[in-house]
Amino acid sequence: MAAQENRILLKNVDQPGYTVDIDCYTKHGGYETLKKALAMKPDEIRLEVKASGLRGRGGAGFPCGVKWHDLVDRKSGNPIYLICNCDESEPGTFKDRQLVHKDPHQLIEGMIISAYANDVSLAFLYIREEMPRGAQILEEAIEEARQKGFVGNNIAGSDFSCEIVVHRGGGAYICGEETGLIESLEGKRAYPRIKPPFFPAAKGLYMCPTIVNNVETLCNVVHIIGMGSAAYSKIGRPNNTGTRIWCVSGLVQKPGYYEIESMTMKELLYDICGGPLPGRKFKAVVPGGGSMKILDVNETYKDREGKEFSFDEIMVDYDGIAAAGSMSGSSGMMVMDDSVDIPEALGNLMAFYAHESCGQCTPCREGSLWT
Amino acid sequence: MNLKPETLALIEKTVPQYPEKRSAVMPLLHHVQKERGYISNEAIEWIAEKLDMQPINVLSVVTFFPYFRQEDQKIGKVHVRVCRTLSCALMGAYKVGDELEKKLGCKMGHSKEDGSVTLEYAECLASCGSGPVVLVNDDLYENLKAAELDGLVDEIETRVSKEDKK
Repeated sequence: MAAQENRILLKNVDQPGYTVDIDCYTKHGGYETLKKALAMKPDEIRLEVKASGLRGRGGAGFPCGVKWHDLVDRKSGNPIYLICNCDESEPGTFKDRQLVHKDPHQLIEGMIISAYANDVSLAFLYIREEMPRGAQILEEAIEEARQKGFVGNNIAGSDFSCEIVVHRGGGAYICGEETGLIESLEGKRAYPRIKPPFFPAAKGLYMCPTIVNNVETLCNVVHIIGMGSAAYSKIGRPNNTGTRIWCVSGLVQKPGYYEIESMTMKELLYDICGGPLPGRKFKAVVPGGGSMKILDVNETYKDREGKEFSFDEIMVDYDGIAAAGSMSGSSGMMVMDDSVDIPEALGNLMAFYAHESCGQCTPCREGSLWT
Repeated sequence: MNLKPETLALIEKTVPQYPEKRSAVMPLLHHVQKERGYISNEAIEWIAEKLDMQPINVLSVVTFFPYFRQEDQKIGKVHVRVCRTLSCALMGAYKVGDELEKKLGCKMGHSKEDGSVTLEYAECLASCGSGPVVLVNDDLYENLKAAELDGLVDEIETRVSKEDKK
């Protein structure tokens, strides 16, 4: 049987008649999970998210529950902040755009549940400057949610209160890096911070414990709490649980965003995306966004145990793409066929990095201009 | 600094949203640039005073972020940004760019002399599956073809005449 999508986060997106207003969202069961969450204890939610195996969808794939449960400094006495990273700028990635533009309340519900789970009363949503409509949609959605009592004081009649502030970026790619984002949110140039401290969860915004999560990660929280971690962790495969939204672009029959469980590269590129353009052959794929290592379709790959596998057999998930020596990153897959000059294509990406270098460190600031 | 009352009202609403005033520097720059089209030295000093910052620290944010423009980089009334990063490039973004240069009579990376249009290449606009894409002020146009740009050019010209009437 041909491989298929499994739409959980995108269940309602692009469905006829589905709109971004709150009534449509609640009619489809929206904000019911928030009510369920508010009846749980915050640490129960953290443990659920940890047990679900949810890994960060922004790039590094760090286990979300470990960040929440084990890394946040709860002894400092300082306020804990939550930041939703919607500075989607990695070349090839356009999944957060769909979630924000087409189902904003799902993200807001995810943020409020996550804020409750982590004792957060002020959350920020950092959205890139180049998504002005997205920022507008979110601001309107937050206002609607406030009117209905899902944002602000005494959320859904509980004693939990939380505000969400939409903060627009200024067109700098580096703000997708969490410490650069935090510096920018503090009103400074977005130079990433020198480590240690290693995690914003220990010292982040205003040197207070801060959780930074990607849009897709926060949307997943709604479904983990909704269906329970036991059911969620059965989706996908161990260590790669849940679905992921893969963004396929470039020279392929059906480019687009596809929400899938772990499957092979062949299943994604042929069954789902329809294969190469007529008369062409695939040549190379950048698997997880512009900064991830490019994969040659004709190469034989070898995992750590020495087992050989072809490009078609690569599993499209965190561990599968890592086994091929690259990374799943922000799940932005750029496909090139035999009409493409690969050095030229990589030169295009290098020009991106030269333009977007934040300028803090000499090797990147000067070196990226040499190519 | 004579800002419009609605801009001032937005600013008064924005500042208290942040635990520390300085965090409001980017939203304030957005509000001022939206009204004026660029960030003047006067605006930098005004924002600095408003947020208890040194003007140099406001300037350093303005110069870091490409979106914030000073007087010599003022953008035209209609800002046209053509994505040129890999996925859009593979689908013909540079041809779209060349064609827009010709049709709009505006050099890439520049503004028209009358200040009506600014045409620029932009880095990844995060809509790679529907490339090539062009952002015209706040709106995104997708799946463009170099041979079929008349509709987009009409749209840009309509926007210019609307802005002229304001």
